[in-house]
Amino acid sequence: MSISNRREFMAGASALAGLSFLSLAGCNKTNNAIRVGFMLPYTGTYAKLGTAIENGFRLALADLGEKPYGKSIDFFTVDDESNPAKATDYANKIMTRDNVDVVIGTVHSGVAMGMIKVAKETGTLVIIPNAGANAATGSMCAPNVFRTSFSNWQPTHPLGKVMVENGHKKSVFVTWKYGAGEEALGSFREGFEAAGGEVIKELFVPFPNVEFQAILTEIASLKPDAVACFFAGGGAVKFVKDYAAAGLKSSIPLYGSGFLTEGVLEAQGEAAEGIITTLHYADGLQNVKNLEFREAYRTAYNEEADVYAVQGYDAGLLLIKALKETSGDLSQKTRAIKAMEDAEIDSPRGLWRMSKFHNPIQNFYTLRVENGINTVIGTAWENLEDPGVGCSL
Amino acid sequence: MDAATVLIQAMNGIQYGLLLFLVASGLTLIFGIMGVINIAHGSFYMIGAYLAWSLMGWVGSFWIGLIVGVTVALLLGLVLEWLFIRFLYDRDHLQQVLVTYGLILIFSELRSMIWGDDVHSVPIPELLSGSIQLTENLAYPIYRLWLSGVCIVIAILMFLGIQHTRLGMMIRAGESDREMTKSLGINIGLVYRFIFALGVSLAAFSGMISAPISSVFPGMGSQVLIVSFVVVVIGGLGSIKGAMIAALLVGLIDTFGKVIHLDIFGVNIFPEMSGMSIFALMALILMLRPQGLFGREH
Repeated sequence: MSISNRREFMAGASALAGLSFLSLAGCNKTNNAIRVGFMLPYTGTYAKLGTAIENGFRLALADLGEKPYGKSIDFFTVDDESNPAKATDYANKIMTRDNVDVVIGTVHSGVAMGMIKVAKETGTLVIIPNAGANAATGSMCAPNVFRTSFSNWQPTHPLGKVMVENGHKKSVFVTWKYGAGEEALGSFREGFEAAGGEVIKELFVPFPNVEFQAILTEIASLKPDAVACFFAGGGAVKFVKDYAAAGLKSSIPLYGSGFLTEGVLEAQGEAAEGIITTLHYADGLQNVKNLEFREAYRTAYNEEADVYAVQGYDAGLLLIKALKETSGDLSQKTRAIKAMEDAEIDSPRGLWRMSKFHNPIQNFYTLRVENGINTVIGTAWENLEDPGVGCSL
Repeated sequence: MDAATVLIQAMNGIQYGLLLFLVASGLTLIFGIMGVINIAHGSFYMIGAYLAWSLMGWVGSFWIGLIVGVTVALLLGLVLEWLFIRFLYDRDHLQQVLVTYGLILIFSELRSMIWGDDVHSVPIPELLSGSIQLTENLAYPIYRLWLSGVCIVIAILMFLGIQHTRLGMMIRAGESDREMTKSLGINIGLVYRFIFALGVSLAAFSGMISAPISSVFPGMGSQVLIVSFVVVVIGGLGSIKGAMIAALLVGLIDTFGKVIHLDIFGVNIFPEMSGMSIFALMALILMLRPQGLFGREH
């Protein structure tokens, strides 16, 4: 993995050396290559997500063959380490020095914000394959910035409706005290109250603290109809297990954004049974596209695809739209952007299209953990569109 | 909040505090007695947790895994001291931080290579898997109570070991004057190697026994590192008693900070700023007693 990246990096570096020579001759870019940059985490907590996204993306582009439109595709890679402090440096490196046509990045919202700031100056096309910060397609939105994943507003918005339909009108919301958690809470509250529910208490744990015992005791004494929460990764495993161990699961049902059980079900085990979540994808979606995608992914990488792989795959599909429109010449930026704005993506998650603010308008599914699998039990919300607060595209 | 809830929350706080003590105890030994700033302490905790996870898979028993894991950690500690740490005793703190930071990077990469980046969980051993019903809808896992018991036993053993044994005497002598201790014919190098290994195995041991309730994930080491330093600094360098009291204080403040509502001059202190509370406590204590609650002035 890292060796092939290094090789690509060396190839990129030598291409760059040639490029600076050409620019002296008054030509900005070689016309026979499509330059794609990955700015993703390849080390640290999110390393696995970065790899899944790149795998998905490459799988989508594999359909184009070796030389689409007579051009080679050159890949450039930078490991952003999910470190917001270095985001600007890394974004500059890949956008200015490597001079890529399009950047696929990234996972961490803080890093994405730094990256967008740079992209606004350079005008480089950006496709965000995960980072959910509302601002990316809201107050910070830009013509050249697209997202193929979700906004933090989206996954918890349909949750309230599902809970009220199940007869739970008084709930407590628990999350980490950080950007994504507060955005998830804000949209949950909107959706829940619109459906006639009431959030009787918000409980926060400092990020990334995973000591939940105090919160669980508080929940037991508040006796809400249900608990909704936003956690992911290691924290999600611990919260779900602690919740069950405290004996709360049988009396107060647990709901959450889909990331609560995504990719961590095995570690949660029995404790996760029966948890209901809402997400824009589920491994078990029974549509032809998803079955084909999962089969192809398994063949190519000898691994099961997850939601991150799908988001990367869709980033690839989106780029293909732009390549088709411009016959592989992404320097025709206006045409490329138009094609991406008009895109309808036939995704493993189901058909979705781009909103005015460059965020997917997509279905959200209701999932329930049954026998250790996130099983689709319905569609929570069809074609949910992020309101794009603060964006004037 | 009714009386029963307050009591249960106090129990939560004490239980969390005891766990913090266990995690911080190894750091107290290494930082407090040897004077080495070991920021790789969290990595040893993480290694312990991953060891618990993979040993569970291999030997199938939590208890045998525990023994094997602690032995592995002890050996690792001896090797690391011999390879790196023994060169650091006379260096300044910055160089110690650099070397041990290097260890963090190495262990994090090794962890990624050996165990991957997935989140795992370790099942609670059969013997302790039940729970006690506290209120009509709240139960308390027996494992957590057992954990508290283990922490108390270790605290007592450490205290007795340092205050009342020959080895403890050598350790304390080395702490107050290394050169003099050496000239009295005590092999202080060997004593230090042993303390470092003990510190490493304490960290790994706490990682192993917390694994069933904390889940096992890549960033777990850095989480405990910071709070461990807070505990050691509040308690005073090298003081086992101080670390225990500081850990309980931090546990209680952290617990109540999350659930009580407190406004001062219209500004919400709890729970809005609960993430800061333990650091505020540390700052306050450093202002009033720079050597920590039970630390000696150097």
